[in-house]
Amino acid sequence: MSEPNIIGGLLGGALIGLAAALLLLLNGRIAGISGILGGIIKWSPTGKPVGRNPEQEPPAKAGAPVEGSNVPGERSWRAAFILGLVGGAALDAFMRGGLPLRMQAAGPMLLLAGLLVGFGTRLASGCTSGHGVCGLARRSPRSLVATMIFMVVAALTVFMTRHIF
Amino acid sequence: MASIASAFLVGTLFGFGLAVSEMIDPARVIGFLDVTGRWDPTLLFVMGGALAVTLPGFPLILRRARPLLAEFFALPTKSKLDGSLIAGAIIFGIGWGIAGFCPGPALAALASGSPAVALFVVAMIAGQWAASLLETRP
Repeated sequence: MSEPNIIGGLLGGALIGLAAALLLLLNGRIAGISGILGGIIKWSPTGKPVGRNPEQEPPAKAGAPVEGSNVPGERSWRAAFILGLVGGAALDAFMRGGLPLRMQAAGPMLLLAGLLVGFGTRLASGCTSGHGVCGLARRSPRSLVATMIFMVVAALTVFMTRHIF
Repeated sequence: MASIASAFLVGTLFGFGLAVSEMIDPARVIGFLDVTGRWDPTLLFVMGGALAVTLPGFPLILRRARPLLAEFFALPTKSKLDGSLIAGAIIFGIGWGIAGFCPGPALAALASGSPAVALFVVAMIAGQWAASLLETRP
């Protein structure tokens, strides 16, 4: 495919780690992208937000559970983060004059992949960033198991789609 | 307001990192997952670079009583290895292996303006929504 990008990988990875650490330090949140996105789109079929009672105050202690997009301001910071995510990539595109983007699936397969990624990350409560980068840093056994499973399954999927079928 | 601004700036840093590391390029990701092909270890360096910061950083930050701009740390509360975690990780792995996109890179790659990326993101949101219906079923 292409030569490994070791410098870009390490540097970009460190920036991702720094961003995850800053979100925890500043906002007290885990930088799991599927979770941040999921908190925006967690609506019920009628469009009414579901989850925590909006009247309920979030408990003010460390490690307290928080859920639901109807806590005031809950949607705003998530939307701001995702806007930034796109903006950060746009910044790099501006600096290097375009983004490296070589699509590996198209049409119905791309659609199917998107559905599976969305469904699976929601069911598993996390993706590469939430389980992989943040969960491992919290020494979470759930995240370690999830990361190993999705890595192995993805590698098996690539093996089957690229070398067998 | 400060916490919304910080989320935007931190998101920008994250998206910039995804682009610099070329993780927004599905070919890089598939190259890493293709262990029997011409293996591309770049993703490993990205993970390593990120964990080099978060592995020591997270415990230091969590020693604080509270974050700088919020009342409390909102951390995951689930601790059991349950069927949802395992099934979800398998389903996610299949999708990731087909397209080479996970949620962060897919969203960041919207910056390219590619309609294919937008299609993937719409499908991903639909998938998340479908799974959230399962969760909230009484």
